[in-house]
Amino acid sequence: MVGIVGYGAYIPRNRIKVEEIAKVWGADAPSYKKGLMLEEKSVPSPDQDTITMSVEASKRALKRAGIDPREIGAVYVGSESHPYAVKPSGTVLAEAIGATPDVHTADLEFACKAGTEGMFIALSLVQAGAIKYGLAVGADTSQGAPGDALEYSAAAGAAAFIFGKDGLVAETLDTYSYTTDTPDFWRREYQYYPRHGGRFTGDPAYFKHITGAARGMMDKAKMKPADFDYVVFHQPNGKFPLRAGEILGFTKKQIEPGWLVPRLGNTYSGSSPLGLTATLDIAKPGNLILVVSYGSGAGSDGFIFKVTKRIDEVRGSAPLTAVLLDQNKNYLEYGVYAKYRRKIRKAE
Amino acid sequence: MPTPSRYWREIPQRYRLEAGKCQSCGFICFPPRLVCPRCGGREFEPTRLAGAGQLLTYTIIRVPPAPFEDQAPYAVGIAELDDGVKLTAQVVDCDFSRLRVGLRVSLEFRKVSEEGNAGVIYYGYKFVPE
Amino acid sequence: MRDVAVIGVGMTKWGELWEKSLRTIFDETALLAIEDAGVERIDSMVVGCMSSGLFVGQEHLASLLADSLGRIPVPAARVESACSSGGLALRQGFIEVASGLSDIVLVAGVEKMTDVTGCEATYALGTAADQEYEGYHGLTFPGLYAMMAVAHMHRYGTTREQLAKVAVKNHENGSKNPLAQFPFKVTVDAVVNSVLVADPLRILDCSPITDGAAAVVLCPLDLARKTGKPVVRIAGTGQATDTIALSSRQDLTWLGSTQLAAQKALAMAGRKIEDIHLFEVHDCFTIAEIMITEALGLVGKGRGGPAVEEGLTSISGKYPVNPSGGLKAKGHPVGATGVAQAVEAVKQLRGDAGARQIKGAKRALTQNMGGTGGSSVVHVFEAE
Repeated sequence: MVGIVGYGAYIPRNRIKVEEIAKVWGADAPSYKKGLMLEEKSVPSPDQDTITMSVEASKRALKRAGIDPREIGAVYVGSESHPYAVKPSGTVLAEAIGATPDVHTADLEFACKAGTEGMFIALSLVQAGAIKYGLAVGADTSQGAPGDALEYSAAAGAAAFIFGKDGLVAETLDTYSYTTDTPDFWRREYQYYPRHGGRFTGDPAYFKHITGAARGMMDKAKMKPADFDYVVFHQPNGKFPLRAGEILGFTKKQIEPGWLVPRLGNTYSGSSPLGLTATLDIAKPGNLILVVSYGSGAGSDGFIFKVTKRIDEVRGSAPLTAVLLDQNKNYLEYGVYAKYRRKIRKAE
Repeated sequence: MPTPSRYWREIPQRYRLEAGKCQSCGFICFPPRLVCPRCGGREFEPTRLAGAGQLLTYTIIRVPPAPFEDQAPYAVGIAELDDGVKLTAQVVDCDFSRLRVGLRVSLEFRKVSEEGNAGVIYYGYKFVPE
Repeated sequence: MRDVAVIGVGMTKWGELWEKSLRTIFDETALLAIEDAGVERIDSMVVGCMSSGLFVGQEHLASLLADSLGRIPVPAARVESACSSGGLALRQGFIEVASGLSDIVLVAGVEKMTDVTGCEATYALGTAADQEYEGYHGLTFPGLYAMMAVAHMHRYGTTREQLAKVAVKNHENGSKNPLAQFPFKVTVDAVVNSVLVADPLRILDCSPITDGAAAVVLCPLDLARKTGKPVVRIAGTGQATDTIALSSRQDLTWLGSTQLAAQKALAMAGRKIEDIHLFEVHDCFTIAEIMITEALGLVGKGRGGPAVEEGLTSISGKYPVNPSGGLKAKGHPVGATGVAQAVEAVKQLRGDAGARQIKGAKRALTQNMGGTGGSSVVHVFEAE
């Protein structure tokens, strides 16, 4: 039996509303809010990045896991906004939590699914008996180009999971990955902002892979949507995961606890991982959770989790995702947001 | 602005708050030292600082030193942690109007500074209100 | 130990001296002191300078200045203890004469601060703090003193207006000092409304960035008596250290190194604080002067604020503090300050302080401090 031993979330407290962004670009806020089913998104402070958020989320996961960090055999950070292009986020994280030097570390990249990639690798290593515990984090502080549709949703957050064989809060029953080469959204080396294929990012990209992975996962596990208590999809905006649920036959009630995007935005590699932490925060022992991530380029990772009794003992050991999402918020004006996100050209 | 090796040398303190507890008198040295400032003792055992405390004093720096030019204005403070150790750090995620002597704070891992766009990124601890 | 006297003083106008390099400022000042002393031979030079390296990229300073002054091969040393470099230079010069090793010692302090930007100067000054555990986090000197002010105000009820009155008093005195950087008066209103530097300290609470130098010539007492001019003796010297980081201090509101250094200097001089007629102290920030008056024992702990309000430390008060205008009005070329305090003390005791003269002044005390009080150097001067 392999699964999640501890989990933790981190969301910065700054927010910016859709109206505030739309005002600057002369766009129609109500239609963005309706079209994206989005109200506001999180914004990292200038002193926050993928590494800092990963550290805090991982410390929370350690609190719930109750293990000695020196027993962590692998640390993976998945992001598309690693602070360094060369020098892993994982080494800083591993050092900060006290897992060094006896640890394997790697940084992962696959657009928005880099977090679940790390989760897949960490749990596989545990399953293979190669390590006792593995830590995987999905974290991002991604940028949307000014005035582009993605600027409304590109947000910041992190979720960390420690995998092991004992003291599980959620057993991993199975995994399945679905991958093709699909150029829906990309960023070339040395470019500051990503680019995307507009409407091409919908059916041939997000929906094809989400449904492909979901169906593949359910076929492999011989399960159907009604068997699950909850489902978490990657959430680039509010609409896509709801529509994916409709296509596949899930109810809104199954999606709701993990559906954070309307007030969080798209935390990219943190997106479905944070949806999972939010779901674990309210799930009951015995609940079955299907998680399907999506990363442009493209691919989806599917996981089936079964919640254990231990969740009730440890969920209170660290802040709940809903608290991080909705409490202690600090709203920014566009000018401060642009300053924080380094969109303003300064002197050399 | 530290150099890569000066930064790296203090990582156990900056990342993990590793300190030394004097075996003679119990005084906690942060960063660790060779000589206890209280009793002159030379033997220490490793320990870690408490993760929370309260502000003894604070200010808002509006005229920054060169490496912090982009960050001003920012709040800094000295907090007495729950283990009695006094620590200096920035205070973040805190409206300036909330700053007061006695404010409860905890320590969070943040970016402290960086050497321009191409240099090393310097991480460390900062205070956030509890 | 021999008794030591000051036989020459020199100081030029302080300010933003764009046309003058560090060596020019030093040379002009040192020549004035040597001329005032009426000596031809110099046995040794001690120079106080906090950071010629960071400000003008120059180390090996004492040798440079010995060369530039035309005095090679005179032995020359530079001493550094942040903002108390000047006071420390005076102490080292005193020790050299008192020990009998040298007879005529030129002691000078110099700093050239305007060849770098404001932020770079703030950084350079910040190197007097704990680089890894204060500077690393973005602390500045105004920031550290502001934290001392917040703690002092919280514990003792010291007010914003009391801090301002220190600046008002020192500018009142400085307006009578032709060599001061800012020889004009300021009002409480101007101080409390000036731009914030580190809350609650405003720009008019802070000593400025200044270029300048000051110099004195020391000699054995019996040699000074032969000149026929008024004799001023250095009756006592004291120095003490304290933690470099403010957070390591037992009491954030107490300047322990000043208390100890003053006790030592006074003991050596065989005097009590009440015997002193004027004080030149290290008002790098208004709060510093308030805390220094307490550490010296002029007032009780926590009473420095009310004292300045009541005029205790004004030029006509019981304990005149900073008749020269202090660092605030006179300026603070870091390494020069400690020596400039000695220059003022000697002028006062010679009866040469013009409009700033404190009548009947026979004994003076100078207090020079580094960082947030990590070092303090105190000297007691007596007129014969």
